[in-house]
Amino acid sequence: MPVGILSYGAYVPRYRIRSDEIARIWGDDANIGAALNVHTKSVPGPDEDVATISVEAARQAMRRAVKNEAATPQDIGAIYVGSESHPYAVKPTGTVVQAAIGAGPYLTMADYEFACKAGTAAIQTGMGLVKSDMAKAVLAIGADTSQGAPQNALEYSASAGGAAFLLGSDKKKIIAELHHTVSFTTDTPDFWRREGQKYPSHGERFTGVPAYFRHVAEASKRLLEDQGAKPSDYDHCVFHQPNGKFPVNAAKQLGFTAEQWQHGLLAPRIGNTYSGAVLVGLANVLDHAEPGDRIFMCGYGSGAGSDAFDLTVTKNILDLDREDQPLEAMLADTTEVDYATYAKYRGKLVMSGGGH
Amino acid sequence: MSNAYVIGAAHTRFGEVWDKSYRQLMTEAGLGALKDAKIAGEDIDEVFVGTMSTGKLVGQEHVAGLLLDGAGLADVHLPATRVEAAGASGGLAFRQAVQAIRSGSADLVVVGGIEKMTDVSDADAAAIAASGIDQEWEAFFGATDASMHALLAKRHMHEHGTTREQMAEVAVKNHRHAVQNPLAQFQREITVDTVLKAPKVAEPLGMFDGAPLSDGAACVVLCSDKLVDQHAGAVKVSGSGQASDTLALHDRSDLTTWLATEHAARRAYAEAQISVADIDLAEVHDGYTINEIVAIEDLGFVKKGEGGPATAEGRTTYGGDIVVNPSGGLKARGHPAGATGIAQICELAWQLRGKAGERQVKDARIGVAQNTGGTGATAVVHVLEAI
Repeated sequence: MPVGILSYGAYVPRYRIRSDEIARIWGDDANIGAALNVHTKSVPGPDEDVATISVEAARQAMRRAVKNEAATPQDIGAIYVGSESHPYAVKPTGTVVQAAIGAGPYLTMADYEFACKAGTAAIQTGMGLVKSDMAKAVLAIGADTSQGAPQNALEYSASAGGAAFLLGSDKKKIIAELHHTVSFTTDTPDFWRREGQKYPSHGERFTGVPAYFRHVAEASKRLLEDQGAKPSDYDHCVFHQPNGKFPVNAAKQLGFTAEQWQHGLLAPRIGNTYSGAVLVGLANVLDHAEPGDRIFMCGYGSGAGSDAFDLTVTKNILDLDREDQPLEAMLADTTEVDYATYAKYRGKLVMSGGGH
Repeated sequence: MSNAYVIGAAHTRFGEVWDKSYRQLMTEAGLGALKDAKIAGEDIDEVFVGTMSTGKLVGQEHVAGLLLDGAGLADVHLPATRVEAAGASGGLAFRQAVQAIRSGSADLVVVGGIEKMTDVSDADAAAIAASGIDQEWEAFFGATDASMHALLAKRHMHEHGTTREQMAEVAVKNHRHAVQNPLAQFQREITVDTVLKAPKVAEPLGMFDGAPLSDGAACVVLCSDKLVDQHAGAVKVSGSGQASDTLALHDRSDLTTWLATEHAARRAYAEAQISVADIDLAEVHDGYTINEIVAIEDLGFVKKGEGGPATAEGRTTYGGDIVVNPSGGLKARGHPAGATGIAQICELAWQLRGKAGERQVKDARIGVAQNTGGTGATAVVHVLEAI
């Protein structure tokens, strides 16, 4: 039984802060944005969190799916929301999404967390349920409003956004077939946030070679090997993008070229949306893809693991209403904020009484 | 008085060695040196180890005994002593070994140097590095290791016309040398432009002016006159000098001359009965690029104020007067603080044996090692000779 994407949606908050604005506050090098290849990052508004972002992405996915007669909310047998910034420590985000899109109540659900790769893990779970015929359709979401402590290096990249993918097996409706996935997982503590802590900690340069690069390379190489494919066989590639530098280096090391990551690399404009990162990139690739295009995708989550995927776009993608709020249009419609507004929106100010 | 000879030398690859523990690094270097010297643990009379801040960096003190234990030599019950003088810890440990042999109390001494610096955050590492400057009179007022060296650089520029480009040439040269050193942290070339455009650490010093934080261990084996005939490839330690100066820079009459280096060098050269003209190569303590410029002046290789131009003119590289830091120096070989002084001795031993591979200095007969702590409050200089 084939499994693939029936529909998708993505959401990135409209607010942006520039890297040089953050650098101005902390006296850092004004060119830090160029060094990280993150020039602006998205900032969630005061009323936005992982639940609202997930709902926005899910609503778009379902709008398109219903219009294309690919699935209805009642076809959904499972919803998984992957995030490391779920609004509640105890109480699922997924139930909010379920209620907002009118799915269930006869469905299964869990919120996922695996640093930045909980969203791809949600897709893998969905693939299993669909392929085993345990669910007709599964909604897999990756979204985050990630945290970076003031003056920490993470502050230049930690941003907000998410994407939702509706998975199913109807050959006439699958817009991109998911052929294969490979995961590579080890106990590598490069980044963490303990219960009750507001901001995460990280191992600085340890997050690079032994963490991100090793896991991305191993999962990617195994996927290529399994598929008997080489990087040049793909039209598009999407790599996890904790900044704009790492994915470009990883892609180059594997043999991909700039043309292949042009649509999948959004970190220079929106920063690192964590669990949303590869999925928002994939949504943008699908917005631009032609039938027959092959897509290579590899996520990464600290702690650490990588999930790599091989997809092929089908002719059915032409039936999906991709003009319904394409991602590029959303990314073009922004409002720039200064550091003070950013600090207010992100709850970094200590308030007397109510508020954050 | 017996002479001391280096008969075995080894060091680990320097760099961000996250997959090896402190104990593993030291054992790897130690066993490498023993193998090079073709000796067994039972042959050793005494052990010294130089290390700067293991307590703060990895939480472990009492390391001399631990390291013997790690090498499987606890049951030989050897005397083992740790030596500390910030960045000069390795060089001082080596001098202790030389003196043990010269005094007649030992015939075979093993001396190691080690530091594991990348298991703490950059901020913690910077604070720990600052423990080599005067805490009460300098660090308390906000000075860091980098800022004190920046002060030195500024003063050298002011008094002697040294330029940023000349300082950058030190880093460029040492990176070029390290390309041929398979144990170096950075085996790649850089350009003057890279150094000049790097983010500033402490004006005028940028990211590429300073040695990196590194993990690594180094070890050498020394023997006396009595045993030297049994060891092919022995290199003689013909001069050893050590000197001190004020910890705080503001107490010095001249910022741009490190008197401890001058005094240590004078003593070492006198012992070895050599003059600067006899020296073929030198391993000097380029913690920052300005340090190499000051070092080659204080070691007498060039006149005060000429260190910058001499470097830019290529007088300190292959084909010049004296090859300075053929290993890549602290800048490019890497700088695991306690290991550096011993790694310098390793490089001299390999060069003087004619076994330095692609980076061999032609006809190398006499080499000098200069190792300093903090901003030069401790300096140790050794002269090694091929025999």
